[in-house]
Amino acid sequence: MKAALTTAWLVVLGTLPLWLDNPYFLHVIIVAGIFIIAAMSLNLLLGYAGQLSLGHVAFFGIGAYASALTSLGFKVTIFPQWVLTVEANPVWLAMLMGMVAAGLCGWFIGRIAFKVRGAYFVIVSISFAEVVRLIAVNWVELTQGPMALNNIPPLALGDLVFWKKPENYWLVLAVAVVAYILVRRLVHSRAGRAMVALAENEPLATSVGIDVTRYLVLATVVSAAMAGAAGALYAHYVRIVDPDVFLFIYTVTMVIMVVTGGKGTLAGPIVGGLIFGLLPEGLRALAFAPETQWIVYGVLMVLVVYFLPQGIVPALRRIRA
Amino acid sequence: MSPLLEVKNLSVRFGGLLAIEDLSFEVREGEVLSLIGPNGAGKTTAFNAITGYLAPASGEILWRGTRRLNGLKTHQIAAQGLVRTFQKTSVFGGRSALDNILIGLHLRGRQTPLAILLRLPYVAREERELETEAGRILQFVGLGKRKSELASGLPYGEQRLLEVAIALAAKPQLLLLDEPVSGMNPSETASFMAKLAEIRALGITVLLVEHDMKMVMGVSDRVVCLSQGRIIADGTPAEIQRDPEVIRAYLGERYKHVVR
Repeated sequence: MKAALTTAWLVVLGTLPLWLDNPYFLHVIIVAGIFIIAAMSLNLLLGYAGQLSLGHVAFFGIGAYASALTSLGFKVTIFPQWVLTVEANPVWLAMLMGMVAAGLCGWFIGRIAFKVRGAYFVIVSISFAEVVRLIAVNWVELTQGPMALNNIPPLALGDLVFWKKPENYWLVLAVAVVAYILVRRLVHSRAGRAMVALAENEPLATSVGIDVTRYLVLATVVSAAMAGAAGALYAHYVRIVDPDVFLFIYTVTMVIMVVTGGKGTLAGPIVGGLIFGLLPEGLRALAFAPETQWIVYGVLMVLVVYFLPQGIVPALRRIRA
Repeated sequence: MSPLLEVKNLSVRFGGLLAIEDLSFEVREGEVLSLIGPNGAGKTTAFNAITGYLAPASGEILWRGTRRLNGLKTHQIAAQGLVRTFQKTSVFGGRSALDNILIGLHLRGRQTPLAILLRLPYVAREERELETEAGRILQFVGLGKRKSELASGLPYGEQRLLEVAIALAAKPQLLLLDEPVSGMNPSETASFMAKLAEIRALGITVLLVEHDMKMVMGVSDRVVCLSQGRIIADGTPAEIQRDPEVIRAYLGERYKHVVR
C-alpha cells in the first residue's frame, strides 16, 4: 500500500513537465523544489539535532556563489604580487565545489558555534550569514558586488545542456530525491539517534557515551553541504547571483516550511515547502491583489502554527492513528 | 588487586563554597557501595565530579588503578565503563521506550557517518542486532510491553526503570545510581531492589546514592556516610546503623527503633 502510494507520487512528479505545459507554473515549482531541498537540510539541524540556525541561507548563498564562480572562473588579487586565477570549470564540478565550500563553512560554524546552544547559537548563525552577505556586497573584485554574477552557464552533461525548464525540473527532482534518501538514512541510524538524543536531553546523551559535539558538527556539515547543493542548483537555474541570495527572508522561508510541515519528520519540509512555496504564486494566479496575497499567506501560517503546533505531518499522523 | 574506582582527596568548589572537601573512598569490583548523608552533603556533587560533569578543584579519580578520569569528558568516561543515572528523572521524553534504549546502545554501534550515508550492508545488519538487543534490555527491566510507547507517557515508576535500562544499554562496569527509588512507592521500591540484585548478578558494580534507608541497608555491602562534604563513617550497613556520628548527623536518634 505504502509502496504503491510512493510509486504513484513518483510517477506524478516524474511526468509533471509532460502534462503541465505552463512554463511559469513549472518555474514556480522548480524554485519551490530548490527551497524544499534547503528546508530538508535545515530540518536535519532544527528538527533532529534541535538547533535553530537562523543563518541557514548563508550556506545556500555560499553554495550558489562558489558554484557560480567556479564555473565562470575568476581572478582575485590576494596580495599585490599574488593573483589567484581560476579558469572556467565544467558546471558539475562547480556544483560539487559549491557543496564542498558550504560544507566546509558548516564544519567551521559547527566547531566554533557548538560550544554555545540555544539563543547564543541563533545569534552566531545570524551573524555568520550577515558577515557573508557583507563580503558578497563589498568584495567586488570577486563577487561583482551588487552588480551580480551574470551569464552563469547552465549544467551540461555531455550533449545534454540544462537550458530549458523541464530538464531543470528533473534535475531538481533528482537532487531532492537523493537528499531525502540521505536524510532518511542518517536519521534512522546511530548518528541520527545521537543527534536526536542531543536535542532531547543533552546531559543524558553524554552519560551514555555520545560525543555530542561530534554529531552536531556532522549534522551541520551534512546540512550545510545539502543547502549548498540547493544554492548551486539555484545559481545555474536562474543564471544570475547577487548578494540578495543572503537575505534573511529566505532563512525565514525555510524555517516556515520546516515548522509548518513538521520539524523532525521526513515529510515535513516537503509538505510545508509545497504549501508555502507554491502558495504565494497560487494566490497570484487566483488574481488576488498583491496585498491580499501576503495577508492570506500570513494568516494561513499563523493558523497552522496556532492549531497544529507540531506541524501538519504529525497532525495527519495522529488523525490516521 | 586494585579497586575498580579510587577517589583520592577529591575537593569540589563552587565559587567560595567548598562542596566536597578532601573526599577519599574506593569502590571494589562486584560490590554495591552506598553513599548516604543529609541533603547538601555532596553526594550528587561527587557523582558529577566522577562522571565528568564537574571539574574537581583538586584530587584524583582513578579507574582500575591506572587510568586517571580527571579531565576526561563525560562521554569518554562512559566509554571507559562508568555510567550514571540522574536524581531527577531523565529520559528522552519525546521518543519511544525502544528508541530510548537504542540511543543508550550508542557505544555498542560501529557505524561511521560515511557507511550510513552509503547504507553499507553492515549498517542494516547492525541496526537489526541493536534492535533485538534493545528489546532484550527492555524485557530485563520489565518494560517489554511498553516498547513503542512514548517515554514521557510512561508512569513515573516505569520512567525510572527506563532510565536504569538506558544506563544498562551503555554496558557499564560501574553503574552510578542517583536516588533511583526516590518517589517510588514501597512495592515499587521492593521490586527495584530485586532488580538491583539481578543487575549485580550480571557482574556490574554499583555505586548508589539513596535516602531510602531500608533500600540502602538491604542492598549494600558497604556504606559511606557524608556530611558537609566530608566522610564521617565508612563500614558495613550494620556498623553504620550503630555509628553515633551517623545517627547524630543523619539518621536521627529515632532511627534505631524504626528499622528493626
